[in-house]
Amino acid sequence: MNGFMKPTPLSKRFLTPGVVVLLLLAVNGLAFLIVRFLFGIGAVTNLSDEYPWGLWVSVDVAAGVALAAGGFTTAAFGHLMHREEFRVILRPALLTAMLGYTFVALGVFIDLGRWYYIWHPLIMWNGNSALFEVGMCVMIYATVLYIEFLPIFTERFIGRVRLKGVLARMNDPFDRLLRVLDSGLAKTMFIFVIAGVVLSTLHQSSLGTLMVIAGPKMHPLWQTPILPLLFLLSAVAVGFPMVIVESILAARSFGLKPEMEVLSRLGSYVAPLLGIYLAFKLGDMFIRETFVYLGGFTTASVMFGIEIIVGVAIPLRMLLSRTVLQSERWLFIAALLVVFGVLLNRINNFIVAYTPPHAIETYFPSIGEISVTVGFVAMIALLYRGCVRFFPVISLPDKHTARKGKYTIRAEEQS
Amino acid sequence: MEIEQTTRREFLRHTAAAGGSLIAGSVYTAQAGPKNSLSPDRMGVLVDTTVCVGCRTCEWACKNAHGIPTQPYHAYEDRTVLARTRRPTHSALTVVNEFPAGETNTHPIDVKTQCMHCDHPACVSACIVGAFTKQEDGSVLWDGDKCIGCRYCMVACPFQIPSFEYSKAIQPDIAKCDFCAGRTSQGMLPACVDICPVGAMTYGPRTDLIKVARARMDRYPNRYLHHLYGEYEAGGTGWLYMASRDFSSLGFPDVGTRPMPGTAESIQHGIFAYFMPPVMLYALLGALMWITKKRREIEEEAGE
Repeated sequence: MNGFMKPTPLSKRFLTPGVVVLLLLAVNGLAFLIVRFLFGIGAVTNLSDEYPWGLWVSVDVAAGVALAAGGFTTAAFGHLMHREEFRVILRPALLTAMLGYTFVALGVFIDLGRWYYIWHPLIMWNGNSALFEVGMCVMIYATVLYIEFLPIFTERFIGRVRLKGVLARMNDPFDRLLRVLDSGLAKTMFIFVIAGVVLSTLHQSSLGTLMVIAGPKMHPLWQTPILPLLFLLSAVAVGFPMVIVESILAARSFGLKPEMEVLSRLGSYVAPLLGIYLAFKLGDMFIRETFVYLGGFTTASVMFGIEIIVGVAIPLRMLLSRTVLQSERWLFIAALLVVFGVLLNRINNFIVAYTPPHAIETYFPSIGEISVTVGFVAMIALLYRGCVRFFPVISLPDKHTARKGKYTIRAEEQS
Repeated sequence: MEIEQTTRREFLRHTAAAGGSLIAGSVYTAQAGPKNSLSPDRMGVLVDTTVCVGCRTCEWACKNAHGIPTQPYHAYEDRTVLARTRRPTHSALTVVNEFPAGETNTHPIDVKTQCMHCDHPACVSACIVGAFTKQEDGSVLWDGDKCIGCRYCMVACPFQIPSFEYSKAIQPDIAKCDFCAGRTSQGMLPACVDICPVGAMTYGPRTDLIKVARARMDRYPNRYLHHLYGEYEAGGTGWLYMASRDFSSLGFPDVGTRPMPGTAESIQHGIFAYFMPPVMLYALLGALMWITKKRREIEEEAGE
């Protein structure tokens, strides 16, 4: 049914009023980053000895990893289970995951006091540390994502290597290299695709293990030994909603029609996934009898309530409705609520639930921290826009051919 | 002095490391975890808060011993700083806080705070690069050559001890009490214990200190609460505290008696037991991929 779609670089104008706003936000973030690197973390953030982790870890890193899960859930369904209908969203999801993980790594980088030692975990191991596992998995998985993106790169450049001047003589060897790479990758891609799914399962869950060691410093509503399972389930549940949100946003931004048929189908898988997550979350609450903390208006109880009701229960109910699934606007809203729910869950786990025994004042992110986080989001959006204009990522109706590829929809070998 | 007890956990850890280096195909045999010894002869300090008068001489001695800039000795006579609760920082590895006398006491109670040097330290378990180690002498030490400044130790520490130099752009330190490793290795007492004018602190083998504390409690049952904070807290700590009233009223957090890293480490080792779960998941997904591909091919043939 979608056999006549073909990923094509979009020929749209780069600069629009929206893009200008994004550029300003990105520059604003960069300005604060310069201050951070010149004068230290304390100059820009509200972090303290009481609250050593703040917005950058909870949103840029923890939520970033979860929201980039679309790459691995679509890969699992599309590649591993060979579901044809997922083809058109594989590449956009892969691009988002790749950009997402790049900025997760950047988020870690800027939050490290000694950022220039970021390579230390490669040779200094601590197998007991959940953070060590997260670090290693994220590092390897980011590499896998880049490898998964390589075929798109070769597709773009095979037969189109046109270097100028002295470098012109390199055109032929480069082209040959790309072709070798392309055929090699086509045969071995399944290794990386499976590795990507395994690595994602590992570090999505281990991100949850991170806070387990904080023990009594974490509010009982969130502190549970099944945190890794909850993190994994919520990451799996948020994968498709994220793809839906970004597909509709991208389509709107480029003046295209969103692939509603595919997105509705994706949306229909979300309710069961959210249901499983909610069941474990509530089951855990009843087994540990933490519902006693829900009484009264405390920050914890209110945040927990918003997270569960607005972020999980309402979108779950919405996504069970056919009308919602088939309406672009309502599907977008429902998916956005799921994304919001997971984002809030990560903020809750890393900031709201964190109650150090000797806290003098509570933590709220500074203007600088917010600026950097917003700047990163703007940069991701800008890079996404740039990439889909340059690389064949978004599928458009193909006028000429509809050739079936093995794992991806391949372009004709060059004209 | 050093008796290595191979627990099941350590066994798992070492085998996991072996599996890890096999899979990574590396010649370099990385130690899977940092040094985390629990010597039966490990040292500790017994703090008797009923003896401490809050003179803060220990703060001065600590700064001197660690090369931290400090006010002159006599400036510590100023007791107004005791008005507010302070925490150890990178510029003061130990601080004394004063708690008002309650109904049971005639005098305010002074409590010295520093790293507790846990028997099962959360920081040692958590540190991504293994910069923290638990030594035979009981001290928990930080290695600045390894630290990447991620501050996970601060998240993990149940006593909220490690402090980070937020104001430094290059080589910010994680600072905490090092049990005066430089002094004790030369046969000297830790600076704070050494200087205490009222003898509120006793340095010695932890097992002996527990006996001493018990004897004191039995001898003066009205003076002491029958609770030695640190004997079981967080699985046991090197520093032990005696007090006349409930520890929660003296700023001691309720951390439970289980070692902090317990749950997190069991989860980690469960996920990575012999690297089997990830490998099995890989095999399972591979099989799934192959089966669905075969099915597709059959469907396609049938369709054509």
